[in-house]
Amino acid sequence: MASAPSKLYADDVSLVVVLVDTNPFFWSASSLSFSQFLSHVLAFLNAILTLNQLNQVVVIATGYNSCNYIFDSSSDLNQSFENGRMPVMCSSLLQKLEEFLIKDEQLSKEVPEGRIKSSLLSGSLSMALCYIQRVFRSGALHPHPRILCLQGSPDGPEQYVAIMNAIFSAQRSMVPIDSCYMGAQNSAFLQQASYITGGVHHKPQHLDGLFQYLMTIFATDLHSRSFLHLPKPVGVDFRASCFCHKNTIDMGYICSVCLSIFCKHHKKCSTCGSVFGQAQSEAASTSDKKRKTPET
Amino acid sequence: MNNGGARRMNGGGEEDDDEDYVNGDLDAWERTYTDERSWESLQEDESGLLRPIDNKALYHSQYRRRLRSLSSTATAARIQKGLIRYLYLVIDLSRAASETDFRPSRIVVIAKHVEAFIREFFDQNPLSQVGLLTIKDGVAQCLTDLGGSPESHIKALMNKLECSGDSSLQNALDLVDGYLNQIPSYGHREVLILYAALSTCDPGDIMETIQKCKKSKIRCSVIGLAAEMFICKHLCQETGGTYSVALDESHFKELILEHAPPPPAIAEFATANLIKMGFPQRAAEGSISICSCHKEAKVGAGYTCPRCKARVCELPTECRICGLTLVSSPHLARSYHHLFPIAPFDEVPPFSLNDPNHKLQRNCFGCQQSLLNPGNKPGLLVVCPKCKGYFCLDCDIYIHESLHNCPGCDSFRHSKADKE
Repeated sequence: MASAPSKLYADDVSLVVVLVDTNPFFWSASSLSFSQFLSHVLAFLNAILTLNQLNQVVVIATGYNSCNYIFDSSSDLNQSFENGRMPVMCSSLLQKLEEFLIKDEQLSKEVPEGRIKSSLLSGSLSMALCYIQRVFRSGALHPHPRILCLQGSPDGPEQYVAIMNAIFSAQRSMVPIDSCYMGAQNSAFLQQASYITGGVHHKPQHLDGLFQYLMTIFATDLHSRSFLHLPKPVGVDFRASCFCHKNTIDMGYICSVCLSIFCKHHKKCSTCGSVFGQAQSEAASTSDKKRKTPET
Repeated sequence: MNNGGARRMNGGGEEDDDEDYVNGDLDAWERTYTDERSWESLQEDESGLLRPIDNKALYHSQYRRRLRSLSSTATAARIQKGLIRYLYLVIDLSRAASETDFRPSRIVVIAKHVEAFIREFFDQNPLSQVGLLTIKDGVAQCLTDLGGSPESHIKALMNKLECSGDSSLQNALDLVDGYLNQIPSYGHREVLILYAALSTCDPGDIMETIQKCKKSKIRCSVIGLAAEMFICKHLCQETGGTYSVALDESHFKELILEHAPPPPAIAEFATANLIKMGFPQRAAEGSISICSCHKEAKVGAGYTCPRCKARVCELPTECRICGLTLVSSPHLARSYHHLFPIAPFDEVPPFSLNDPNHKLQRNCFGCQQSLLNPGNKPGLLVVCPKCKGYFCLDCDIYIHESLHNCPGCDSFRHSKADKE
């Protein structure tokens, strides 16, 4: 594995990769409208670019059916100032966002009722990390990268493994993941992500003042954070949930083969089909096919 | 030999890197006066013309060969991997380890890479345990017991690096066999021997010992630093381990780090069992309790065992009062990528790129880097077999070695193959 690169960049230059949640199921039911949210976010992105001449901003949209890059402040198209306006206000960002939303809606298919309407956070986290690796490869002088998730959709349990992989990879590359959660419940994934990678997690109480929360908590570069009093992680729950009932447990049984978590003693593991307490025999080979299917 | 020369330069390259950066803007005629052997970076192609070595493509093809060999062995055997491993690391401190053919001496190189290996091992296998053993003066001694904390092993190793006497393979194997018979039956038993000597001084019949290890289901692997030995090869073949001999320091590092990810496990070797584990909560800020590992009062920032309510400082660990294994869910999640690996990406053959029917993405899906070389010729790229997204070579390496998620597959809810 390529080791973390030598940290020879300037102290307070940052690259912020912003993951914007565009899940229509969430925004249609939110007290803050999507257009108001966008105005807060655009002002925040412009403010980051004015904090330091070398700062960079990349925006990735986390949709319901797809994810894609929306804006990159370091690309040549966005460098020129049109009539003295701020670069992010120029129409390319809003235009690309609109194209993305139209395409995302076209990809929709019928979903059975009762499923949690989560957005594809694991996809956009993976894309953000690939982009950050490209920045690390670009040479000795590069900005401090970090990821900011603006998320409102609930956690999708089917993405657990992918999100944890992304979190551990970010931890190894020393990239903090900040998160601002605007939904109703708490997001365990985002809390764990920020705790493990050393980022900041916050759930604003008054969404009308979102710009102020963003500026005071998430705008400063990593070097200056040691001088600021930022929200501390309190009550991060690292307990696991059992695979059989999805209850949170604090003592459980782990299958030694596939590490599935159960709350009660079972004779057989439902994930990998191993029979407990005796040496694996040929009888278990019929459940080989079942074991190969859980590939997320 | 061309490759040998290139590797030798990289082996001592840690200090050369700074020089190269300083000399980077010298003219070519000035560079010939420094240590650069520019004729080594040329190669002949099929028609006998000279062309420079494309390091990036070379590195990537080496990486892909390694990936293919790993995935082929995994699919041939049953895909199970031994996730709960009890590994004993045997370090040879005989006279041969003080030889200076590895700079500054073999034992210093071994110690340096063992430290990196231990950290990487606990990163990839948080539920496993490691113990250290040394062979010195013909006697094997236990340096540290099986434990899950990397710092204690590394500290113990760095204090005891004096080499003398003969090395004895049989004594080491006997000792390991005795220790590994005490571990629970669901754990996978492994030994990794870092052997620097060319001989072994044994008190009895080593073939019997090898059969004993084979019966105890211990998987023995050896990394040699001198030359290939028949007895090591025989040991590894009998027990199902791997034997390799290091050519130089960087090769040794590669070989030892290959043992960090869990090996494909033979299912009959370990019984499947349900292990009782606890998931402690963090103690409230400002609470004062006596810590069970340091035996002194500490404020806040610890974990409470759910069974006996004792305070522990860090996870994963075993509660000293009631013996319950304490982990947190991210520790288990660290091993999930071994269970759900992503498929290796396929190389895109160059002729299909010129096909006008083939809609080529101009940018890598992961990092948005342009996939076209200057001059609008398509560069080297790979494609994911499931989502058909194109990726550049660097993203391919990053995705398979560190990230373990395909961004393309995760970014589409209804994939092209219409599988959820």
